[in-house]
Amino acid sequence: MADEVVLLDFWPSMFGMRVRVALAEKGIKYESKEDDLWNKSDLLLKMNPVHKKIPVLIHNGKPVCESLIIVQYIDEVWNDKSPLLPSDPYHRAHAKFWADFVDQKVYGPARKLWAINGEEQEAAKKDFLEIYKTLERELGDKPYFGGEKFGLVDIALITFYSWFYVYETFGKFNMETECPKIIAWAKRCMQKESVAKSLPDQKKIYESVLDLRKIRGLE
Amino acid sequence: MAKSEVKLLGAWPSPYVMRAQIALNLKAVEYEFLEETFGSKSQLLLQSNPVYKKIPVLIHADKPICESLVIVQYIDDVWTSGPSILPSDPYDRAIHRFWAAYVDEKFFPTMRGIAAAQGEEARKALVEQVGEGLALLEEAFDKCSKGKAFFGGDRIGFLDIAFGCFLGWLRATEKMNGVKLLDEAKTPGLVKWADRFCADGAVKGVMPETEKLMEFAKVLMAKMRGAPPK
Repeated sequence: MADEVVLLDFWPSMFGMRVRVALAEKGIKYESKEDDLWNKSDLLLKMNPVHKKIPVLIHNGKPVCESLIIVQYIDEVWNDKSPLLPSDPYHRAHAKFWADFVDQKVYGPARKLWAINGEEQEAAKKDFLEIYKTLERELGDKPYFGGEKFGLVDIALITFYSWFYVYETFGKFNMETECPKIIAWAKRCMQKESVAKSLPDQKKIYESVLDLRKIRGLE
Repeated sequence: MAKSEVKLLGAWPSPYVMRAQIALNLKAVEYEFLEETFGSKSQLLLQSNPVYKKIPVLIHADKPICESLVIVQYIDDVWTSGPSILPSDPYDRAIHRFWAAYVDEKFFPTMRGIAAAQGEEARKALVEQVGEGLALLEEAFDKCSKGKAFFGGDRIGFLDIAFGCFLGWLRATEKMNGVKLLDEAKTPGLVKWADRFCADGAVKGVMPETEKLMEFAKVLMAKMRGAPPK
């Protein structure tokens, strides 16, 4: 039976990117439908009535929502290749803990780096760097967060890399200086085809953010 | 497995700690419960959970596992001879995880806000939001239970644990604020489910009594206002 896989997405969304990477890792063919966040499609509202957000994976007509839940779903259904989670229960728990940490901690301060000006932005910069330094310590000298293999935590975090030019420009800092191991890890991940083809160019994201800032009256 | 092999750092009023306890009970795992003193954090806690410094922490053969839902999934992964906590079908698993995240991110914070609400208007608005959340969860219960007793089917499952752990605080909130949140007229399925959940053998011994939670809440609020507790 042919699987029908549709992804409701929005090109600059780091959450949508996570699903793109997971689908690419597994070699799954899918249809991508771009949603306009300022004019949400009927399909999106029908498939995710609770949150009305992308990404939504629609597998044979049934919706799965929330990016990390989608990634785990993909891993469990297409379990014949490229496991995204380790098989050992303790290492699985460890991976889920850190993926959840990324989910809870990164987005808030990251968004404030470009979406607002002033004192709150300064505080956000401090938080952002602290969080990344915690992640850098967790990474240590491993090639990936999961060790030798690219996995859930790498997927959860790497998508923010496409926004680094935005964060560095508006936050006025340099990630290579602040978190060199994170940059080395990111470049390693970008060597993977599944990642490289799923993340938009950093400059493209920057340009779209400039437009957003104009709309918000920040420019 | 020797009892000391499994330790749980927790505190009796915490619904998050209860999640871990219910999971361990479902698997009939013997464990040592280490009660954290309210207002201070033990060395063991700080060492085992340096990132968040929060309970619950499960320590299994000296290895710490943190975050309540991660702990529940770990327990399910390790003790495979006991009944399964997560559904076996990947789609059902995704649904259980979705609603568990909803409860954590939207439902419980709103419910918790009722006690701290400034004024009647604000309280009413939050109660209404909780009502909307419960309506969504009633629908989810219908779909997940497929006519059976629990979200997990015949037996308590992941979503039962994730949502059910808040029932003690839900009842306490109702009594302390004179509001009705779980209403037979609006969410009959959930009302019956709540009674079944609280009566279940894995839950009964660890769900705190509503009166005790109300007392604890009074102490907590007094401490937060700076007044000495009675």
